[in-house]
Amino acid sequence: MKYLSEYRDPDMARALVDRIRRSATRRWTLMEVCGGQTHTIVKQGIHEVLGEAVEMIHGPGCPVCVTPLEQIDRALHLAARPDVIFTSFGDMLRVPGSECDLLAIKARGGNVRVVYSPLDAVEIARKNPDKEVVFFAVGFETTAPANAMAVWRARELGVENFSVLVSHVTVPPAMVAILEDPENRVQGFLAAGHVCTIMGWEEYEPLAERYRVPIVVTGFEPLDILEGIWMAIRQLEDGRHEVENQYVRSVRREGNRSAQKLVTTVFELVDRGWRGIGTIPGSGLGLRSEFAPYDAERKFGLEGIRAEESRDCHAGEVLKGQLKPYECPAFGGLCTPERPLGAPMVSSEGACAAYYNFGRMKAGTVTAS
Amino acid sequence: MCLGIPGRIIEMADDAGLPVGTVDFGGVRREVCLSYVADEVGVGDYVVVHVGFAISKVDEEEAKRTFEVLREMSQLDELEWMADLADAAEGVSP
Repeated sequence: MKYLSEYRDPDMARALVDRIRRSATRRWTLMEVCGGQTHTIVKQGIHEVLGEAVEMIHGPGCPVCVTPLEQIDRALHLAARPDVIFTSFGDMLRVPGSECDLLAIKARGGNVRVVYSPLDAVEIARKNPDKEVVFFAVGFETTAPANAMAVWRARELGVENFSVLVSHVTVPPAMVAILEDPENRVQGFLAAGHVCTIMGWEEYEPLAERYRVPIVVTGFEPLDILEGIWMAIRQLEDGRHEVENQYVRSVRREGNRSAQKLVTTVFELVDRGWRGIGTIPGSGLGLRSEFAPYDAERKFGLEGIRAEESRDCHAGEVLKGQLKPYECPAFGGLCTPERPLGAPMVSSEGACAAYYNFGRMKAGTVTAS
Repeated sequence: MCLGIPGRIIEMADDAGLPVGTVDFGGVRREVCLSYVADEVGVGDYVVVHVGFAISKVDEEEAKRTFEVLREMSQLDELEWMADLADAAEGVSP
C-alpha cells in the first residue's frame, strides 16, 4: 500500500455515495472543519453528488484565511525592512494586507523567502548572522509542533537573529463559537484528521456531549471524507452524538504526546483574532515569556500596527458557513483569485477559491461521475 | 495547509541532537525531522509528513483494515444491486 491512491478509488467512492444517500431519511447539515477537506470536497464535487442527503458547510479551518489583517500588515512591515529576511510558507505570500501582499514587497526588493520547513528558516538565520530572520509562524495545531521546534532549536543553537511572528489558532474554540452562534445550522462535524493526529480527540468529547453533535475525526482523501460523512449520518440517523475516528491509520485517541509537550513548553493559550470573525477567547497560541527574545512583535515593536477589514468582503460569514461563497456580492467580480479581496479567495484551501477554481458557482448542479 | 503526505523512511540520522531521516514520497526524497515519532519508527516504516516533520507513524494494519471495510462495503453494494436486478427480472417485489 502507498496510503494514497487506494483511497481515491472511483468505484468505491460511488458505492459510498449510494450508501450515504440511502441511509439518510432527511437532509442533514455537516461542517468539515479543515480547509484541506474543503478542497477535496469541492474539487471532487462531493457536496454536489450528495446534495439531497447532506448539505456540506465549509468551516474556518484554513490558517491562511483566518490570519488577521493586522498580522498580515505586521508581516508586510517587517518584510520591507532592509535588515530583515522574511521567511514564510508559500501560502501566505498572496494574502492581501491593507496596502499590498508579501509578493509585492518581494517585487519591490524585499528579502522574502519561501521555506518548506520552519527549521529551514533557522538555518537561513545561521547562515546570515548580519540579518534578522523572521519566520511567519501561522497554522493550526498540526503546524504548531514544527513551529515550536524552530523556536526551541534556535534557542538550543544560540541563534539570536531569529524570531517568529506568531498567528497560531486552535480548532475547538472555533467549533464552540460556531455552535454558540444563534444562527448555527451545523448538526455534525468532520474533525480535521491532522489536527487530531497531534491533539488526539479527548478534547472533542465534552463538545459532542454538551452540544449533542456527532464529531467524526476524518482523513483527507475522497474515500476518507465519504466514510466520515457516512459515519456522521449514521450517528444522526441513530440519534447518537459521539466522537468517532475514521482516520485510524494516523490518529490515536491521545494524539502525539511528544509533539504536545514541546508545543506547551514553547507556547501558551492566548486570545486570538480570526480574520472576518473577530476575537475568540483562548483560541490562539502565543510564545511563553521565557521565549520572548524570539517574539518578532516585541523585538520590532509591532503592537502599534492596527488594521480595519474591508466591508466588501463577507469572509466571516463564509468562514462560519452562513454564506456560500457564490452568495457573496463580491464573488467573481470585485474578488477573484487574481485580485482577491479576502483571504478565502487566496488560499487553495479557502472556500471561495475552491468554488471559483472548480466552477462550483451554484447550488444543486449535480455532476455525478 | 494542514496537508500531510505519507512517505517511507529510507534512512535515519542525527543532526546535532535532532533525529532526522530521508523519506521517500513515491520517488521524491526529502529530509524530514523525525523528532516527534523517534520512539516508534524505523527504516521502512511509513510516516505522515507535514511541513518537514513526521507527525505520525502510519498504522499499516489499521490502514489495511479501513481499506478492506470500504472495499467490502462497495462489493456488498454491488451484490445488492445485482440482487435487485435479478429480482426485477423475475418480477419479484423486494
